[in-house]
Amino acid sequence: MGIDTATLPERPDVAGELLAIPAGWDVREVEQFLYKEARLADENDYDGWEALWTDDALYWVPVDGEGDHPLATVSVIYDNRNRISTRLKQVRTGKRYAQAPPSNLRRIIGNVELLGGRGNRDGGVDLELGANFVAIESRPRGNELWGGRTTYRLRKFGDEIRLVYKKVVLVDNERALPTLGFLI
Amino acid sequence: MTAVVQPAPVATGQSRYSQLIRPDQVHGSLYTDPTIFAEELQKIWHKTWVFVGHESEVPQPNDYVRKQLATQDVIMTRDRDGEVHLLINRCAHRGLQVCDDASGNSSSFRCPYHGWTYRNTGELLGYPYNKGYGGKNKLELGMGKVPRVASYQGFVFGSLAADGPSLEEHLGAAAGEIDRLVGLSPEGEVSLDAGWLRHRTRSNWKFLAENETDGYHPQFVHGSIFGVTGSPIGALYSDSSTAVTRNLGNGHSENDLRPEFRNFAEPLRWFGTTPDRVPQYVAAMQESYGDDAERRLIEGAPHVMIFPNLFIAEIQVFNIQPVAVGECVQYATAVQLAGAPEMNKRMVSQSIGSVGPAGMLLADDTEMYERNQRGVQMLDPEWLDVRRGLQRESIDENGFTIGAATDETGMRGFWQHYRTLMEAED
Repeated sequence: MGIDTATLPERPDVAGELLAIPAGWDVREVEQFLYKEARLADENDYDGWEALWTDDALYWVPVDGEGDHPLATVSVIYDNRNRISTRLKQVRTGKRYAQAPPSNLRRIIGNVELLGGRGNRDGGVDLELGANFVAIESRPRGNELWGGRTTYRLRKFGDEIRLVYKKVVLVDNERALPTLGFLI
Repeated sequence: MTAVVQPAPVATGQSRYSQLIRPDQVHGSLYTDPTIFAEELQKIWHKTWVFVGHESEVPQPNDYVRKQLATQDVIMTRDRDGEVHLLINRCAHRGLQVCDDASGNSSSFRCPYHGWTYRNTGELLGYPYNKGYGGKNKLELGMGKVPRVASYQGFVFGSLAADGPSLEEHLGAAAGEIDRLVGLSPEGEVSLDAGWLRHRTRSNWKFLAENETDGYHPQFVHGSIFGVTGSPIGALYSDSSTAVTRNLGNGHSENDLRPEFRNFAEPLRWFGTTPDRVPQYVAAMQESYGDDAERRLIEGAPHVMIFPNLFIAEIQVFNIQPVAVGECVQYATAVQLAGAPEMNKRMVSQSIGSVGPAGMLLADDTEMYERNQRGVQMLDPEWLDVRRGLQRESIDENGFTIGAATDETGMRGFWQHYRTLMEAED
């Protein structure tokens, strides 16, 4: 019962095949982008963070390791561009209580690895890379330690790098998680 | 956090719980006192029927899945003959956790410590080096089992008490709400096989049970998301709503939104969609139910809290399990309707947006639960108020107490049953 995954498109993390690393990417430039994205999220700069995304954005936080098919099973977050916008509009009201007041938050990103290329809907090839992270979040309820592995896909528009895809696999996503109100 | 609220003094000749639970107020220590939590485990969680999972989570013979029943780690198994069991995950030899995997398919479980092996019915199959016990089949030991396991429409409940009311007696009128949900499937069947979100909540479980049919909070707690999405849900819980809050007895309660949806008379309005968007589903419903399909599609799914831990929120099912006096876990999934693939995809997507640790609804409820837990540890005033609507309650045509959409009729029903269970002699 439930949803027959044979009727669904391929799951987005493994759709198509992993191609060679596309030309024109410098690992230092990529790291600078990741650090900026992390800082905007840490500082709850919702406008700045939202502006990083492409129109075909996908922001995914699965449960149970890499997760099951995200159109057939539940995830903590599975946001397309439209739902990212809704999520940010909600928090900008100042009455998204899970994030009002906002979390005090800092994260460290490391182990950045360029993994390959992934064909996109425009016929181009996005850069796929992975990185580890640790974040410490402070809220009135206490401190939370978050950690995991993020897979990103990036696309260049001229000199500008934009975020196409972000999948965050938390190390403890097989267990009960506290409220995740910030941008992970 | 340590409970600082002192239990109220108990007058001689009165039970503790008759002192702590009044018709219009409940005492703060009910949420913070570890001795009350310990007594709840004995008198509620280890006694009454507790929702554990759904048969669709173990569809095939020898499937199993690990679940919680209050603080107990249980393995829900389906044996080779199709019967569902709830085994307590503990080896009869040295007390080790026998099963480590979250789910799988196996006719037996082998303890990693000394290799004792159990059938998926809990029966001891064997132990290595059996001469140490005088040979094979010498031990009358086995895994612990939840003594009473029963299902209703595939929803599996367990009772750790060998005797007591039947599941049907416990569910009472709430069974009809489960029927309403199942009646939205063209095949008359639901499954809960879209996975579970697990939300750790630093709050006493009763704040959740009370909130689930509290029609007073949505406009305030969820105003942020109703506003940005233009959701019509808020109006269902407004002061002028014709919806009712119903005490279904045995601690169960519902927000009956049907009066509102009948007024609109728009099929699938309750789901925020229209028949032209899910044409195959509507056709299948008409095929199965004829003229009655329209009524089902107009009235929609139930919003019911089934004591103590099953909450059906239209298209989501919540399984609430306590961890400690100030902590519980909410397990949430999307309902899946047999024979309705168009609906199922939408229900998964809507559920991801709404519930779980990052859900645009439930993360805000959970924030309230956690702030509530901190607030109730303050010393003054000692009492929480549950009197809203007490003066305007009435009895409906079936004999149930009903209040307005925003009234605390459901909470009062919860506390009435809670008190009965907590005062019962063993």
